[in-house]
Amino acid sequence: MGQTETTNKNDILMDIVNVTLRFGGVKALSDVSFNIQRGEIRAIIGPNGAGKSSMLNVINGFYTPQEGEIWFEGKLRPRLKPHQIAYQRIARTFQNIALFEGMTVLDNMMTGRMIYMKSGLLSQLAWWGKAEREETENRLIVEKIIDFLEIPAIRKTPVGMLPYGLQKRVELGRALAAEPMLLLLDEPMAGMNNEEKEDMCRFILDVNEELGTTIALIEHDMGVVMDLADRVVVIDHGEKIADGQPDEVRNDQNVIDAYLGVSH
Amino acid sequence: MQTLLFALEVSLNGFMTGILYALVALGFVLIFKASGVFNYAQGVMVLFAALTLVGLQQGIVPFQHLINNLLGTSIHGFGWNMPTFLALLLTLLTMLLLAWLVEKLILKHLVNQNPVILFMATIGLAYFLEGFGDLMWGADLKKLDIGIPMGISDTVEQTTYDWFGYGFFIDRLDITASIVAALLVIGLTIFSQFSKTGRALRAVADDHQAALSVGISLRRIWVIVWSIAGLVALIAGIFWGSKSGVQFSLSLVALKALPVLMLGGLTSIPGAIVGGLLIGVGEKLFDFMVGPMIGGATENWFAYVVALVFLLFRPQGLFGEKIIERV
Ligand SMILES: Nc1ncnc2c1ncn2[C@@H]1O[C@H](COP(=O)(O)OP(=O)(O)O)[C@@H](O)[C@H]1O
Ligand SMILES: [Mg+2]
Repeated sequence: MGQTETTNKNDILMDIVNVTLRFGGVKALSDVSFNIQRGEIRAIIGPNGAGKSSMLNVINGFYTPQEGEIWFEGKLRPRLKPHQIAYQRIARTFQNIALFEGMTVLDNMMTGRMIYMKSGLLSQLAWWGKAEREETENRLIVEKIIDFLEIPAIRKTPVGMLPYGLQKRVELGRALAAEPMLLLLDEPMAGMNNEEKEDMCRFILDVNEELGTTIALIEHDMGVVMDLADRVVVIDHGEKIADGQPDEVRNDQNVIDAYLGVSH
Repeated sequence: MQTLLFALEVSLNGFMTGILYALVALGFVLIFKASGVFNYAQGVMVLFAALTLVGLQQGIVPFQHLINNLLGTSIHGFGWNMPTFLALLLTLLTMLLLAWLVEKLILKHLVNQNPVILFMATIGLAYFLEGFGDLMWGADLKKLDIGIPMGISDTVEQTTYDWFGYGFFIDRLDITASIVAALLVIGLTIFSQFSKTGRALRAVADDHQAALSVGISLRRIWVIVWSIAGLVALIAGIFWGSKSGVQFSLSLVALKALPVLMLGGLTSIPGAIVGGLLIGVGEKLFDFMVGPMIGGATENWFAYVVALVFLLFRPQGLFGEKIIERV
């Protein structure tokens, strides 16, 4: 989707304002601000240790910044726990795959539906009424996502037995199962071979275009970023050094220096 | 032939004891899997559950020694017996309340601490609960009888006599215990496989971060696993207490759960069950066959020696995954 210069306030899904995050003496993020618009693919790039993962962890509540504000859907977000933020339909994948190893693909994805399942403990114990209905309904949605990701053959396979590329895909599936308003992907292509990368790229684009999901993704590979992203924010040493469309950012002198390790 | 039959009878008795070991070990495993806490208090929870049950059922006035000392009175009991069903229900509620309090007062404040610190906290909990149980219900040996059939089963004796010409002595209490324990394990397995909360439990056991990211509250899960561990403790307490009376030594079953855990692995539910049965059968059989040659009383140490030897060759336990150090 094309970027227009005039952005309507309503188009902004998340606004990150002056966020500073410290670990003891280390400043992982200093005074970072940027926004994420509805429907876009927003890339966060930067050298290793720049603070990209920290940024995602702030967005999904694993880290609480010492300073700054996060506005979501036009409202200032109060301090929330990660599992509460999941209920706001912000889903994510991890830099190092974090699947539920002991479970099948299907069960992994069913946990992705946790926020929609409201049956009480007693109903579940009796496997009666609400609990049963809920399982069936959510199972249908999960099956659709399994088809979408082209993995029906491995539905009942324990995820621990799958090759790396497929595990990453299942992890994406678990996040998609939450029908997220905002999908956070931490290096979804890392460690993949070319074919796997192409598949993953295609799925990310399809999710964005067909499901209309807003995506914020961290990626190292500049080529991939150019292909995928609508807008790119560049972080180096915890500071935002550039923000704009991919080709603008690519030709930015600060960005070139940061990637070549020249100016610090 | 006769020896073989003896051995079979001894094994069967060991099997029944093993089931109780397995139950206690199961309590450990559930909590360890979900929260990485090695719950030193599991044994005392067995004692506490049994004490509460007896106390309620026999109408003992809670804290009677304390009350009598403070007020100079000499009350002992309410003078009635509570219906068993009601006493069981109230004891179960007490165990659930305990789980809730443990989360509220201990775990909540120690999240993300070193596992050793959490372990120490459960040691504290164990001593507190032991003292509290004594204070509340008294430290004397109590007889627990909730109407479970006891004594040698005539049916088993008769049947085995007809088959082998030798009647087995099997306690009916042990038979009931095996059936209840089996039902409990089957129930828990079905629950964890097919319900939403069961899936959440398994998710938390596998990966805390990922579980949080899909909307699972760790604290809620901890209350649930401690509740289940409380229920398991209650069931172990009922059978063990019916067998040997309720007093401090009941909490020592936990000492037998340790070798079971070494054998079965800290994180494996099938491991806890198979480990419990192996130790139960093994120690009885060993005592029967080797005991007389070396002067008996091997039951005290057999389990530990087996566990130790086992540790040397398979530190991850029977069903545990091979531990590969990440570098
Ligand atoms: N939990 C943490 N505790 C302490 N320091 C951390 C933690 N998480 C990240 N950091 C530090 O913050 C900085 C940024 O890390 P990270 O966000 O992982 O970078 P990136 O994802 O861009 O490679 C690094 O210096 C890292 O060591
Ligand atoms: Mg990172």
